[in-house]
Amino acid sequence: MAKSFLSIEQLTQRYPDGKGGEFTVFENASFGVEKGEFVCILGHSGCGKSTIMNILAGLSDPTSGVVKMDGFEVSGPSLDRGVVFQNYSLLPWLTALKNVTFGVAARFPQWTKVKVIEHSTAFLAKVGLTGDAIHRKPSQLSGGMRQRVSIARAFANEPKLLLLDEPFGALDALTRGTIQDELIKVWSDTDQTVFMITHDIDEAILLADRILLMTNGPMAQVAESVEITIPRPRNRTQIVEHPNYYAIRNHLVQFLGQRSADLSDQTSGANNRPVDVRIDLTDMAEGDDPEPASVLRAVEG
Amino acid sequence: MDLLSENKRAAIWSIALLIVGLLVWEMSISAQAINTGELTEYELLTGAGTAKAGVPPPSEVAVKAWQELSNPFYDAGPNDKGIGIQIGYSIYRVLTGYFLAALIAIPLGFLIGMSSVAYKALNPFIQVLRPISPLAWMPLALFIIQDSEASAIFVIFICSIWPMLINTAFGVAGVREDWVNVARTHELGAFKTAFTVILPAAAPTIVTGMRISIGIAWLVIVAAEMLVGGTGIGYYVWNEWNNLDLTSVIFSILMIGVVGMLLDSMFGLLQRAVAYTE
Ligand SMILES: Nc1ncnc2c1ncn2[C@@H]1O[C@H](COP(=O)(O)OP(=O)(O)O)[C@@H](O)[C@H]1O
Ligand SMILES: [Mg+2]
Repeated sequence: MAKSFLSIEQLTQRYPDGKGGEFTVFENASFGVEKGEFVCILGHSGCGKSTIMNILAGLSDPTSGVVKMDGFEVSGPSLDRGVVFQNYSLLPWLTALKNVTFGVAARFPQWTKVKVIEHSTAFLAKVGLTGDAIHRKPSQLSGGMRQRVSIARAFANEPKLLLLDEPFGALDALTRGTIQDELIKVWSDTDQTVFMITHDIDEAILLADRILLMTNGPMAQVAESVEITIPRPRNRTQIVEHPNYYAIRNHLVQFLGQRSADLSDQTSGANNRPVDVRIDLTDMAEGDDPEPASVLRAVEG
Repeated sequence: MDLLSENKRAAIWSIALLIVGLLVWEMSISAQAINTGELTEYELLTGAGTAKAGVPPPSEVAVKAWQELSNPFYDAGPNDKGIGIQIGYSIYRVLTGYFLAALIAIPLGFLIGMSSVAYKALNPFIQVLRPISPLAWMPLALFIIQDSEASAIFVIFICSIWPMLINTAFGVAGVREDWVNVARTHELGAFKTAFTVILPAAAPTIVTGMRISIGIAWLVIVAAEMLVGGTGIGYYVWNEWNNLDLTSVIFSILMIGVVGMLLDSMFGLLQRAVAYTE
């Protein structure tokens, strides 16, 4: 098996349980993410998604195991790995534009001030922020606009890997929809590798090439890797008509509703790779694959 | 009903209170004068020359204020300097001691706020030294420094250091971890993080400490100058009391209030400049 662009190997995280003992959030979790891939990770709250992401970001160290990106072991945070946090990641004393230039100037220190501003303004425009709004402080922006600024900051830095921790968790459904569309747009322009945490099944199907499913904690596992066999460009009103949509959705709902709990009691083996799941009804229905192969990204393994 | 804005109504009330207060004061003094029968209204108004131990009416204080403020910087020997010169000395001492304190308190506060070891190591000293009245240091300062000017500055230094130190440490320790993580994921170095993330995040708390400190320093300078003598507004008040010139005493008390208010409002402006809403 070829090494993935991002490879997570035997990651284990334990915390003291406050009673003198330890509890294991997850043990020996292993999976890979390919270059240019958009991967979502789904799981119930508390199963350890943020913990995994913080380790990928280099913000915290695992109890054991390694994360390798491009063949190099991740240690400590880096500009190569951009992060969009759920909340509060904008600096409230800076305007929207300055929040973005702050990142861009750190990423490209050799650039002139003018170039930094041009680049930042362009990325703010990509997520629909233009004109007066970019000169306002976060407190004067709506929740949706704030998260747009975070996304613009992360993409403007052109990191090798972009990590998003429930970026739309605090937004209402309508705003969430628009920003999802914007995220897709920016992503398709840049072909960035994205690793995103969410607890919204529809969001994951709309955005991801592949969805990783986590069982409930403690001792959570990354149990399955589900390929989203729906061609891009996707559109929220049209994907529901795709023959694979409900099959995939039902599989995910079933997992989160039932099997995530059933599987959680099982003790883990030495090397838990997620099981690859590929659901494609278009093959069966028409005998041959009607989609051009290039639109579907290959599943790892 | 609401013909006037709240601010205007408040201003009218303030002025009315001032006028009533001054009238009551003026009349109670004139009533005294009539009762004793010693001083005529004319003498009260001119007021000059006679050293009297009576409380002067506001009109007399106003006349005194007019005289002093129309020539605030005259210098006629050690015991006769304009109010501007005296206040200038006091402000010079306050600012010198204050900025020396800030120079130490803010970096040290950063250290304490960022390292819990430093916090635990220094906390016992801070807890013991902080409640000491700044004037209690005066004899020791005079003995060691052997200079009254420098001793007064030292007393200001020691009294302004604590609120700045504690607020800086508190503000720095309370900076949201998410913001520090933003700095970390952008690979900012320690200095860059301190100046572009932690300082602006903690600035409102730090400036609040600075504002408390300047207020305390201005309270303490008056007492310190009464002790060391020579120059300054504190010395001036005490000197006029020795001269039994209560008009000057009241006038200088008012000046202390006005200067204190100005110092405070400068920090109020600074506070507004560094404030942010999350
Ligand atoms: N620093 C920590 N110390 C102790 N327990 C922690 C710490 N961080 C997370 N946990 C625990 O680890 C588990 C996983 O947390 P988290 O990764 O935030 O879950 P998720 O993001 O999937 O909701 C939770 O039970 C949480 O209480
Ligand atoms: Mg989480």
